[in-house]
Amino acid sequence: MADGAVRTRLATEGVPSSAPSAAPTAPHVTVRGLTKRFGNASIYERFDLDIPRGKLISVFGPNGCGKSTLINIIAGLIPADAGEILFDGKPLRAIRFGYVFQNYREALFPWLRSIDNIEYPLKLMKQPKAERRARVEKLVAHLGVKIDLKRYPYEMSGGQQQLISIMRALVVEPEILFLDEPFSALDYEMTLFMREQLQRIFMETGTTTMLVSHDLEEAVYLADRILLLSRGPAQIADDVPFHAARPRADATLSEPDFITTKAHCLDVFQREVRRG
Amino acid sequence: MRKALDPFLPVLGVIGLIALWYLAFWSRIVDPVLLPSPGDTFRAMYKGMAGGRLSFDFVKTVERTVISTLIAAGSAIPLGIFLGASQRLYRSVEFVIDFFRSTPASAMFPLFLVLFGVGNETKIAVAAFGAALVILFNVAYGVMNARKTRILAARVMGASRVQVLTGVVLLESMPQTFVGLRNGVSLALVIVVVAEMFIGSTDGLGHRVFEAQQLFNMPDMYAAIFAAGALGYGLNLLFLVAERYFVHWSGK
Ligand SMILES: Nc1ncnc2c1ncn2[C@@H]1O[C@H](COP(=O)(O)OP(=O)(O)OP(=O)(O)O)[C@@H](O)[C@H]1O
Ligand SMILES: [Mg+2]
Repeated sequence: MADGAVRTRLATEGVPSSAPSAAPTAPHVTVRGLTKRFGNASIYERFDLDIPRGKLISVFGPNGCGKSTLINIIAGLIPADAGEILFDGKPLRAIRFGYVFQNYREALFPWLRSIDNIEYPLKLMKQPKAERRARVEKLVAHLGVKIDLKRYPYEMSGGQQQLISIMRALVVEPEILFLDEPFSALDYEMTLFMREQLQRIFMETGTTTMLVSHDLEEAVYLADRILLLSRGPAQIADDVPFHAARPRADATLSEPDFITTKAHCLDVFQREVRRG
Repeated sequence: MRKALDPFLPVLGVIGLIALWYLAFWSRIVDPVLLPSPGDTFRAMYKGMAGGRLSFDFVKTVERTVISTLIAAGSAIPLGIFLGASQRLYRSVEFVIDFFRSTPASAMFPLFLVLFGVGNETKIAVAAFGAALVILFNVAYGVMNARKTRILAARVMGASRVQVLTGVVLLESMPQTFVGLRNGVSLALVIVVVAEMFIGSTDGLGHRVFEAQQLFNMPDMYAAIFAAGALGYGLNLLFLVAERYFVHWSGK
């Protein structure tokens, strides 16, 4: 039962919405009473959500249920009609965050070399050139990236371009990272490679991460929690934890824990699809 | 073997045209008074361009075309950015721009003659007017069609309105701006040459073509026509090269 799942979550983790604190157990992001309509279609109706700190949350659900809308509202790309979203009790403008678009081709700036693309947000923060270079070099070393950053984005493969946009999001050392179907425009080989890159980045930085994925295997494989959404208006159909140790690898995919978690998510998903 | 010939393919058409021309000349299908031999024509062109009257007229036409394009670009690019930055503003003047863009510039000559007299200014003004509308339209569309995702990406990273405009929208509009400039300079040349033919002119390629025809000096007339063609082609090429340099990401 969807309601049962939500209640369990509330019972185990608690929702100290009135007294936000930086204690490690307190949620990083709190969404309260989120309401969003497009014309007559109600996408979110008094929607509540807690996002725990330092975890990777996958968002999964039927087409058009509002996955993109959710992370776009949380990341401030589109306004909510009503509701409150706080990051450690602070509004969005008080924090640093990163956002990775699905369409890297249209999200990167083709007139800038890759390194200047990555430095762009630092430039907006008025950091001096030397410091920007240093930050990028640190990030490159940290991630073990071996790409010639002097090249323009259009001279690179899709995966490399998406890696550049992920680095652009990470270079500001964000407190939270949003990714909306970041790998769906890549071929399968590149997708597998980029999953590993994202897992590495997450393990290295421990940044709270919210990932929208339309690939259930990917959603479970990368996640600490899988947020399953239902349709119109969107509800949390289930919020499933997945505790497999990191780094996860191909073997993870055949472990019983993975298989039962994925099967459970699929069950919930299909029930929601049939319902709506 | 076949691939090795590829770079020379464009030359084939030229050779073919000249061969056809010779054929028409030798077989006298066309009255030789109307169609001189290619040899005579190229000789006339060489003599004219190497310090002759044709080179003077050529430079005059280049001057007028360049000045009118500069005036057009200097006024239309800022205005296009301004109009394009606000969809509603552009929509409100769209009809006026489209209307005058569709009006043959030659129909405006009498009006401009009244405004500017029969001097150089009229030719430049009409050409600038025609080119400006073409450039304006393209710049405004380039600005309006700036990729939403790119603007959103900059905004999400904290760019202000001005930073989005200068750092994203302007660069996004550059490929379309170059389309406008190329079309604009071509139109300016057309208008300048027509103006040189008819409104009290004493120089310029249009005048040269017209005068040679009046004097029945066909080699000179063809030479002037080819000079005008070379000029048009050269200006177009110049803008293509400039575009490849300044807008290296175009079409990628
Ligand atoms: N700008 C908009 N104007 C009108 N309706 C919109 C707009 N954006 C989204 N919608 C509608 O809101 C609903 C949720 O959209 P959203 O993009 O969040 O879905 P999604 O879960 O990300 O879907 P997908 O799996 O296709 O990416 C959809 O029905 C969509 O048609
Ligand atoms: Mg989506």
